[in-house]
Amino acid sequence: MTLIGWAQIALVLACVVAAAIPLGRYMAAVAAGHVTFLAPVERAFYAAAGIDPRQGQGWRGYTLAMLATNAAGFLLLYALLRGQGGLPLNPQGFDGLTPWLAFNTAVSFVTNTNWQAYGGEAALSYLSQMAGLTVQNFLSAATGMALALAVSRAFARGGVKDLGNFWADLVRVTLYVLIPLSLLVGLAFVAMGMPQTLAPYAEATTLEGVRQVVPLGPAAFQIAIKHLGTNGGGFFNVNAAHPFEGPTALATALQIWSQQVIPFGLALTFGAIVGDIRQGRALLLVMLAYVLAGTWAVYASETGGNPLHLALGIDAVQGNMEGKELRFGQALVALFTATTTGASCGAVNAMFDSFTPLGGLVPLFLIQLGEVLPGGVGSGLYGMLVFALLAVFVAGLMVGRTPEYLGKKVQAREVKLAMLAVLVLPAVILGFTAVALVLPAAVASIPAAGPHGLSEMLYAYSSAAGNNGSAFGGVTADTPWMNVTLGIAMMLGRFAYAVPVMAIAGSLAAKPRAVGSAGSFPTHGPLFAGLLAGVILILGGLQFMPALALGPLAEHVSLLAGKTF
Amino acid sequence: MDTMMPMGKAARRVRGVAFTDRALLGRAALNALLKLNPAKLVRNPVIFVTEVVAILVTLLTGLGAARGQGFAFQAGIAAWLWLTVVFATFAEAVAEGRGRAQAESLRRARGDARAKLLLRLDDRTLWQPRGATELKVGDLVLVEAGDIIPSDGEIVEGIASVNEAAVTGESAPVIRESGGDRSAVTGGTLVVSDWLVVRITAAPGSTFLDRMITLIEGAARQKTPNEVALDILLAGMTIIFLIAVASLVGLASWNGRPPSVPVLAALLVTLIPTTIGGLLSAIGIAGMDRLVRFNVLATSGRAVEAAGDVDVLLLDKTGTITFGNRQAAGFVPAPGIAERELAEAAVLASLGDETPEGRSILTFARERHGVVAPALPAGAKVVPFTAQTRLSGLDLMDGQYRKGAVDSLARSLGIAIPPALAEAVERIARQGGTPLAVGRDGVVLGAIELKDIVKPGIRERFAELRRMGIRTVMVTGDNRLTAAAIAAEAGVDDFLAEATPEQKLGYIRKAQGEGRLVAMAGDGTNDAPALAQADVGLAMQTGTQAAREAGNMVDLDSDPTKLIEVVEIGKQLLITRGALTTFSIANDVAKYFAILPAIFVVSYPELGVFNVMRLASPESAILSAVIFNALIIVALVPLALRGVAYAPVGAAALLRRNLLIYGLGGIVVPFVGIKLIDLLLTLFGMA
Repeated sequence: MTLIGWAQIALVLACVVAAAIPLGRYMAAVAAGHVTFLAPVERAFYAAAGIDPRQGQGWRGYTLAMLATNAAGFLLLYALLRGQGGLPLNPQGFDGLTPWLAFNTAVSFVTNTNWQAYGGEAALSYLSQMAGLTVQNFLSAATGMALALAVSRAFARGGVKDLGNFWADLVRVTLYVLIPLSLLVGLAFVAMGMPQTLAPYAEATTLEGVRQVVPLGPAAFQIAIKHLGTNGGGFFNVNAAHPFEGPTALATALQIWSQQVIPFGLALTFGAIVGDIRQGRALLLVMLAYVLAGTWAVYASETGGNPLHLALGIDAVQGNMEGKELRFGQALVALFTATTTGASCGAVNAMFDSFTPLGGLVPLFLIQLGEVLPGGVGSGLYGMLVFALLAVFVAGLMVGRTPEYLGKKVQAREVKLAMLAVLVLPAVILGFTAVALVLPAAVASIPAAGPHGLSEMLYAYSSAAGNNGSAFGGVTADTPWMNVTLGIAMMLGRFAYAVPVMAIAGSLAAKPRAVGSAGSFPTHGPLFAGLLAGVILILGGLQFMPALALGPLAEHVSLLAGKTF
Repeated sequence: MDTMMPMGKAARRVRGVAFTDRALLGRAALNALLKLNPAKLVRNPVIFVTEVVAILVTLLTGLGAARGQGFAFQAGIAAWLWLTVVFATFAEAVAEGRGRAQAESLRRARGDARAKLLLRLDDRTLWQPRGATELKVGDLVLVEAGDIIPSDGEIVEGIASVNEAAVTGESAPVIRESGGDRSAVTGGTLVVSDWLVVRITAAPGSTFLDRMITLIEGAARQKTPNEVALDILLAGMTIIFLIAVASLVGLASWNGRPPSVPVLAALLVTLIPTTIGGLLSAIGIAGMDRLVRFNVLATSGRAVEAAGDVDVLLLDKTGTITFGNRQAAGFVPAPGIAERELAEAAVLASLGDETPEGRSILTFARERHGVVAPALPAGAKVVPFTAQTRLSGLDLMDGQYRKGAVDSLARSLGIAIPPALAEAVERIARQGGTPLAVGRDGVVLGAIELKDIVKPGIRERFAELRRMGIRTVMVTGDNRLTAAAIAAEAGVDDFLAEATPEQKLGYIRKAQGEGRLVAMAGDGTNDAPALAQADVGLAMQTGTQAAREAGNMVDLDSDPTKLIEVVEIGKQLLITRGALTTFSIANDVAKYFAILPAIFVVSYPELGVFNVMRLASPESAILSAVIFNALIIVALVPLALRGVAYAPVGAAALLRRNLLIYGLGGIVVPFVGIKLIDLLLTLFGMA
């Protein structure tokens, strides 16, 4: 680790926080309907769909609207991917995807996972990329944000059913947040050298005289929303490690910034909506602390190098550079890794499969902790609020009152629904992984032996269930078994989590909002932040310890003992 | 109840039953075994899962032994899994056992009393004998000296002294009479003198005594809202760890053989929150029991829990905040008169006055001015107070001493009050006191200030409550001026002057509308609506039947200040649950360090570096963790029964302290405990 490396990390994070503060307040204004500079466009949408944006919805209405929108999005995307061969904007003449792959890909983009069992430049037409994937990049991000706003409102209101209007929220966050930010970031990416063209792939002759096809496409703007919406589906197969996706160090830094700015901003939006910005600040600090800890762990482990290589006398200055972005060094890789897994983005600029065992453990564990650090756009905030409710419930009893979070009593119904949500990740991740490791059809997908193979499989299901979408690598993903089970994992990770959370919101909104006193549990200070961090580790992480012990930890101690598999 | 003790907590220290009471423990051990019935245990998901796992491991051990496989290690795990279950049921049985003895004595009091059923209200000679259990609501019964009152009722006619020791434990008889606020009688109590005609108000089986018995025995104990929520959390965690352990079968077979079922069972049971799962119901029962020992009966655990949540405390001024009778608190001499002269005259004027106020003047003069009241001199004539003169006094050889209302004295003496004194009198009235003028032979000597005295120590209690985040509100029939003065002196946050029952009800509803929980104490029939509306309504045992029905708690000592302690007991109950939950969950860290390296050491010997406790062998590591997990339940039974100490500090300070003790302690303690058990196992060659 170097000082200059940490300076880079600190600079990027400082820019994130500096931007998140005004953005958080701005998004609260958007949520309240106070931002109206595109009012005619907005009204045109509502008029076309016959929607009254002031008409509030209860949690059931809101959730059904969300599910219906996403179901429609899934069907359209599936049809597009299957039929792209006969559709325009297909200069390379790609065929439609197989049913399993189309199912997996459609689920993947609808759920904001962007797991890619296909290779972008080798399988998808420009139309599929733009009208299919990019549209879903916006829609899935806007869905997460809308849900987060509805949940935030539940804390701010008392004795009502109304959580806001899903359609209005969806339109507003898209029009006033996602599109303007994507335009700005996209233009910046173009300026930094990312391709944005509809021309066919370029052909070139290399110095050795070999003819080479250089894939191009409308990449820059898709990449902008890919990061801003914590989608993570790369335009090119190797994602942000492709020189066209990460042309410069500044572009990489801007990608990291883009992944974090909305999730961090939403924490403050929450504070603004409930009328106490300090509440949002406490959540933000917990998120930031984990990002820093994760970055440190990857940075330390990777610069520490591979003990087997060091034993051979290889220069230890760079550490383990296999699979790394060689141009920009370890610091940006470490920050990118912690960010993309903590923020449920899933874009990668290095290959985790080549990390040291402990370095690979970090992204895996950050995903398993529930994708709340800071998590996907919207989903990170509402996931964090589930943990906050549980933290308040367990520890809040210790102040001698029925636990309250922001004046809302946390009772049996909330605890039941929160536990239901928290159960989803361990059930899906551990369940599918355990089956996959003994099922011959699945085992065939893993070439690596020993604990590393286990890590690869565990990572695949963690990434899917956490709606992250990054791949550890190594696993052959485009098989019927993997496509179907990963698709199911993604769906459960998204909707089996979101529905109970919305039910919690409904229940909380109906409760009166009690005024605080010296006897109520303060949830804005460092004590609560520390408690919340601990609860995330214990309720979110403890159950994965046995699996991690058999994967990365076993690999680590074996490596130290000089043992390979 | 008027002459109350100082409010110190020590005066009310709840009598505890020693945990080591041998007979009690013996009976509890027996009950603990009866509670193993899975059909009953299913109410407690964590311990139910433990029992299922114990049965499974026992069967496998038996089968294995039959096939001649290794036996000792598996049998050890099976035995300790069973002990874990037994310790949990034992904790509950001990908690229940403490109430049983009390319920027994109550049941004897209820006995099978005979009732004299009156046929007509106006003829007390015409009655038929009936069994107490045959009485219907509305029946009129005659109860005479020596009779036991057959059931709960309202006195229609008569006045009698009643010994209520069977219910309150207090053997001094109390007066009960028709009309007013002391008209309720309780079945099972004994009429000592005179007679009463009582209208029965409770159906058989639902009398006060019956309810007490069921409450104390815990037969009707339902899970409280917080308990239900906590149960769900624990069940959820159990399922999560069930998934984690079950998935190991697949995960571990990737590179080696999956661990055996007993080992997986050991891992599961140590990870699921058995500590709090085993102690949860004991904590709840003990909380109710603490109230009972405190002579307060709650109709449900829900009410006790609500007490911990209270934000606003409505307290009657008289008897709770003040002593309730006016007492001398100062002498204001008229211009030109020495204070001592006034004191001496006041003493003489009060010499024949036997009212509490008159006696308080003597006491005050002695304590403040050293004026000792002389014996009544010969030839002295006491002038009693009459409603016409509104004066009283004493005629002596050397003069006529008078005291009374200021204007009455001036009128009777035919003089004007000096302006300086009039001003002082005005000030006294404004501050909520009562001025009494003192005169001698046509001269006004000055005034005595009578005040409703605020109980010593109550101000500090209110400050304590404020730190707990609870607002205190004084309720009084006094006018605003008087009320404001006493409120300021007692240090309450708010007051309700000239309070009518409607106003009280309105105040409670308003506070509740703002999301606050309200507690109040009351005894009169007109308190009933407010008692019913309040989230915690503490009715006095001496109060009317209506008040007792309306409240969700009854204080057998009829002491409204107890409301404060009831709140503390409620808080203590919640804190104990939270603390033990935190402790239980924090324990998992150490258990991972003990068991995971032991389980996987066959596949990956290098994982032994995580055996930070340096436990002797994989078998002893696993067994030590299981043993610790079982023993910690027993070790924490006394804490569960006694409750975690509560200090009235702010929530943040309380949380910091408890997180430190039970969170950090929960992480550290098992490391030490498991290591010690491992050392012992090694020492005795059992590992």
